Amino acid sequence: MTVLDSAHLRGDFPILSRQVHGHPLVYLDHAASSQRPRAVIDAIVNHYQLHHANVHRGAHQLSAEATDAYEAARATVAGFLGAPSPRSLVFVRNATEAINLLARSWGDAELREGDEIIVSVAEHHANLVPWQLAAQRTGARLRAIPLDQDGRLDLSALRRLLGPRTRLLAVAHVSNVLGGVHPLAEMAEMARAVGALTFVDGAQAAPHLPVDVGALGVDAYAVSGHKMLGPTGIGALWVRAELLEGMPPFLGGGEMIRTVEIERSTYADIPMRFEAGTPAVAEAVGMAEGVRYLEAVGMDNIWSHDRELAVAMFERFDGLAGVRTFGPRGPDRGGILPFVVDGVHPHDVASALDAEGIAVRAGHHCAQPLMRALGVPATVRASAYLTTTVDEIDALTSAVASARDFFAAYA
Amino acid sequence: MSLMEQIYKQVILERSRHPHHQGSLDNPDLQQEGVNPSCGDELTLTVRISDGCIADAAFEGHGCAISQASADLMADALIGLNLDEARVLSAAFKRMIRGQEVDGDPDLGELRALEGIRKLHARVKCATLPWTTLETALDGRGGVASEE
Repeated sequence: MTVLDSAHLRGDFPILSRQVHGHPLVYLDHAASSQRPRAVIDAIVNHYQLHHANVHRGAHQLSAEATDAYEAARATVAGFLGAPSPRSLVFVRNATEAINLLARSWGDAELREGDEIIVSVAEHHANLVPWQLAAQRTGARLRAIPLDQDGRLDLSALRRLLGPRTRLLAVAHVSNVLGGVHPLAEMAEMARAVGALTFVDGAQAAPHLPVDVGALGVDAYAVSGHKMLGPTGIGALWVRAELLEGMPPFLGGGEMIRTVEIERSTYADIPMRFEAGTPAVAEAVGMAEGVRYLEAVGMDNIWSHDRELAVAMFERFDGLAGVRTFGPRGPDRGGILPFVVDGVHPHDVASALDAEGIAVRAGHHCAQPLMRALGVPATVRASAYLTTTVDEIDALTSAVASARDFFAAYA
Repeated sequence: MSLMEQIYKQVILERSRHPHHQGSLDNPDLQQEGVNPSCGDELTLTVRISDGCIADAAFEGHGCAISQASADLMADALIGLNLDEARVLSAAFKRMIRGQEVDGDPDLGELRALEGIRKLHARVKCATLPWTTLETALDGRGGVASEE
């Protein structure tokens, strides 16, 4: 057992008691999407059964209740990220939309020909493509931090990339493939020294470790609700208030205006300026409930558990002949394990695991440049979370060995 | 028989390891790339046509055992067919893999080894990628065939 009593927590997650292909579900695809505790499901149902109406506009009791719930959710998520105030936390559909918002609003207004955006070779496509599009619109260009031999970002290369042309450092907090935590505070300080901003894709970090945007010294931070026990269709973008206040609108429509004429409009203050149309109210309520669940368990405990599981994974996989793992090792590594079985395509490994009720992801993990850097077309990826037990890691290990042997018989 | 044995029949594993039609034909009459963007599998199909019939077919690229075996067995099955027969076979194969066969479908022969894949929903597109690539080539649509 680790620092967490995961076996006990599992009782809170209804889906974990189901069977898949006749086996108990071993869910190791949390990096793609987490599962939900009953409290989150109940909060969403409760919202629809008792409090639902449109927000910020109704002249009736339900609308006031829904608005209160929505704004309370904003405060909960902002507090979870260490944001000084909820007013600079914008609800979005997911981290991808958050990055597109930033690239369209800040990027189109601020980027000029020859400006540089620094990303890393390990970014999720969500933190590459929006910046590529912004670069195409503005004449800016992307530069990428490579990995060092251990699978960490090469900070000396970052130091060389940073310069007077650098406007933005846009990196993940935790790699969705390699599981390593990037030294953000140090990186943000390096960026600040050349006058650049730092944006962080926190989709894989906020579910797993304590985040304090103030202490990190970053300028913007994005998260996805569904990776942190919440529903799909909701995420959040925190932006330093002074920066957000100066940003032009992204999507136009209702909710985000102050006055509208036929030819022109004036816009609402932050954060409403960036929330056009009816927002995902029930989803925000659900996301906040997920955050409360995480806070009750304790993010320090979850992160310790994650790291213990990473150690347990490596201990077992190091003993598997014909299996290769990737990514850094050490206390800056969470419970994400990418691996390949020599001579067997990752999809075939994943199907062999699926047949045993073990859910993993196989493929390029929306990180094709990283796959090229690692020299593989794809990997299998097992990703743990607070409900993952060491028994499940054992089940994974033995199923991977069986899959290797099954396919080796025909080599 | 375990689920794995039902899906990964011996012929699938053998063909994926030792394909009969891997490579690229010289001076092909049809050449078509196909990708599965969700998993990154890629293949290029080349076909030579003589007197209105498929004289030879080959594929290269990378992918899982299922997509490779499906491509190899497809190449086997195509040789000797005219282009209309190839279209009919492709439609019938896709119906089989989705469990939607109809009366009058042609005999699928060795392709039937791939039937078990319908049990793993997540993998159906792996089996159909070579066939979608073939259909794109036959239709002359150009571009890259995509199994979305």
